[in-house]
Amino acid sequence: MLTNFSNVLRVCAQRNGAAAVVSARTYADFTTQATFEIKKCDIHKLDEAPATQVVMTRDEGLKYYRVMQTIRRMELKADQLYKQKIIRGFCHLYDGQEACAVGIEAGINLTDHLITAYRAHGYTYTRGGTVKEIMAELTGRRGGIAKGKGGSMHMYTKNFYGGNGIVGAQVPLGAGVALACQYQGNNELSVSLYGDGAANQGQIFETYNMAALWKLPAIFICENNRYGMGTSVERSAASTDYYKRGDYIPGLRVDGMDVLCVREATKFAADHCRSGKGPMLMELQTYRYHGHSMSDPGVSYRTREEIQEVRGKSDPISLLKDRMLSNNMASVEELKEIDVSVRKEIEDAAQFATTDPEPPLEELCNHIFYNDADLEVRGTNPWTTLKSVS
Amino acid sequence: MVNFCSFLMNYFQGFIESLSKERRGSLIRCPGEGEECQLRSSASLPNCISDWLKRPDLRIVPAFSLPEDRLNMAASVRCFLRSGKNAVSTLGQRGFHKSAPASAQMMVRDALNQAMDEELERDERVFLLGEEVAQYDGAYKVSRGLWKKYGDKRIIDTPITEMGFTGIAVGAAMAGLRPICEFMTFNFSMQAIDQVINSAAKTCYMSAGRQSVPIVFRGPNGASAGVAAQHSQCFAAWYAHCPGLKVVSPWSAEDAKGLLKSAIRDDNPVVFLENELMYGVPFEMSEESQSKDFTIPIGKAKVERQGTHVTVVTHSRYVSHCLDAAAVLAKEGIECEVINLRTIRPLDVETIEASVMKTSHLVTVEGGWPQFGVGAEICAMVMEGPAFNFLDAPATRVTGVDIPMPYAKILEDNSLPQIKDIIASIKKTLNV
Repeated sequence: MLTNFSNVLRVCAQRNGAAAVVSARTYADFTTQATFEIKKCDIHKLDEAPATQVVMTRDEGLKYYRVMQTIRRMELKADQLYKQKIIRGFCHLYDGQEACAVGIEAGINLTDHLITAYRAHGYTYTRGGTVKEIMAELTGRRGGIAKGKGGSMHMYTKNFYGGNGIVGAQVPLGAGVALACQYQGNNELSVSLYGDGAANQGQIFETYNMAALWKLPAIFICENNRYGMGTSVERSAASTDYYKRGDYIPGLRVDGMDVLCVREATKFAADHCRSGKGPMLMELQTYRYHGHSMSDPGVSYRTREEIQEVRGKSDPISLLKDRMLSNNMASVEELKEIDVSVRKEIEDAAQFATTDPEPPLEELCNHIFYNDADLEVRGTNPWTTLKSVS
Repeated sequence: MVNFCSFLMNYFQGFIESLSKERRGSLIRCPGEGEECQLRSSASLPNCISDWLKRPDLRIVPAFSLPEDRLNMAASVRCFLRSGKNAVSTLGQRGFHKSAPASAQMMVRDALNQAMDEELERDERVFLLGEEVAQYDGAYKVSRGLWKKYGDKRIIDTPITEMGFTGIAVGAAMAGLRPICEFMTFNFSMQAIDQVINSAAKTCYMSAGRQSVPIVFRGPNGASAGVAAQHSQCFAAWYAHCPGLKVVSPWSAEDAKGLLKSAIRDDNPVVFLENELMYGVPFEMSEESQSKDFTIPIGKAKVERQGTHVTVVTHSRYVSHCLDAAAVLAKEGIECEVINLRTIRPLDVETIEASVMKTSHLVTVEGGWPQFGVGAEICAMVMEGPAFNFLDAPATRVTGVDIPMPYAKILEDNSLPQIKDIIASIKKTLNV
């Protein structure tokens, strides 16, 4: 009855030309939480799988929606800026994979640790970076999260160790962070991400060995987006069951397009690690809409139809939106409001990123060392001596 | 005069060779394994520094404790006197053993051990990882006793997976610990070099100072004895090429202790290049070096021997060779100023320049290959600075031969700078 009443009001408001949504719909209208059925994970060396009936609250849903939408719009903006040559060098975009970053963060705490490879903008955001400082780093300005010194692949924030350019190198680093957690006895854990391409790297298997041997609180997560650069998984891996590749390490294969699936699996893995049982491996089956990087159109090794199909059937943001709407957890307008607000945030950030000045030349040689005396650095010729401050 | 000098040189060289023949095949084992210490009972003992340095059996456990060392030293001195040989005594130069029981004597390996022990005790974030560092007491016994004292948490044996454990060490450093990552030799660090350079060295800069990496990479570097090409490479030039790293190369026990402590306390990645053949060499330790807070600053060279005619710049094991050469040349009236670099990066170019401006001649000595090496860099730096105008002759580099290290002893001996090479190079530079 209330719903009918408020619908009438809404229609009236529109007829009167009022732009603002005169919402008589109160929180009482929306379902505060609902239970969802999610896909069951495939398990390896485990007795049980993560729950398939999960609860999501309205607040959680709105938060996930907002964060995923922010990442999506941020990446699309970066695409635009790159084509305008305002961003240069490498730019590896994350659109399509938002559910992974958001779901993982929902399953851990900000006090836990995370490291990933170069497709890192989304994680920089979920780990606490602002859109403004991320975009300014992409455009190489002094307001960037790394003061313009790092660029797309080298963004850092608290408990987030980048952003790493060398394929696979981040995985041993992540296990090292886990070692530090264990050493310090702080009940924190370390999440190390890598792609299907990196999954064949030797150093990753070396890391599996030591992590299992020493029971490090490490979660290894393979974001399988089906293509390592231009090479499909079938053409690069003798075994594409990435969740089993840890052999003696228990593994989960997870639907990476469903934020709730990712969240549940991450919680499951986190519990396992925190209980001292050692590492766990997760494979998130996901997809990237863009090519490997901005210099890859992404259609020479896969068809446009495939991309369209994933967009149409499995887009993570659409999935969440449909869930929330059909369960009366939010209204179309509310979500639109979020979209508008996100768009504005991105526009402001892009504005900042294009107008903020580049780092001053005096900064060129700074930060070679940490907590060190000032030193002199040779310039390009013997008569140029530059100063380095740590 | 010239004839006498060349006679001396030949005699000196022959003496070394004869000793080499004598001691070939003698196995030294540490007592405690049910056997008598062969070092004490063996008649064929090393007598001078150069000879000591060439012993392949030093890799098997030599005496560890100070009293044992003194006994061995005494035995070797007795043998030396008995042999009636009259070689140039370089022993006095380094205060080898003679008297003064008040000042302590310590082998390089023990100095390294003490440095790590003190730093492990001082800061609980410090830990050691590497192959055989814990239960085996260290492949070269450098970490002997540490696992017994500190346990599994702080002294960690790793599998033989350099890339993996180096990455783990770097990650641990990023997350707030202070690891000492040991490479059994720096040859194996090549497998992990991406982690050293791309993950450790560059991170502070890439993160604009947000992310520090307080780590020490240590282990034996350069040629050993009879280990052939894959196990004999010098990595000083490789690592010293890269900004973001500090590269240290100690010579004496005091160097080893002071520099390792500084390296561990440094908040930045330090590559610490030891030398296997120096591990068993004893040095006198000054009183201040026996303190738990004794550190030697990274980036400062030390003038080991004052001189006026030529500046000889060297590092690690070759400091000994240069001092030996200087002693021989002193008899001919040539006074060499020998500079022990101690740190390769950053290079203490001021000390080198001040010396060159005094002597007007420069010779660099190293074990590494000539091309793009430490000596090459020193020459370039001196050329670009004020000392160039003081040079009376082009600088000379004495280096390892530009070949992979051969195995056969005669070939190996001739692949590395020998004292006679250094002497000849100095003379040629001085045009005498």
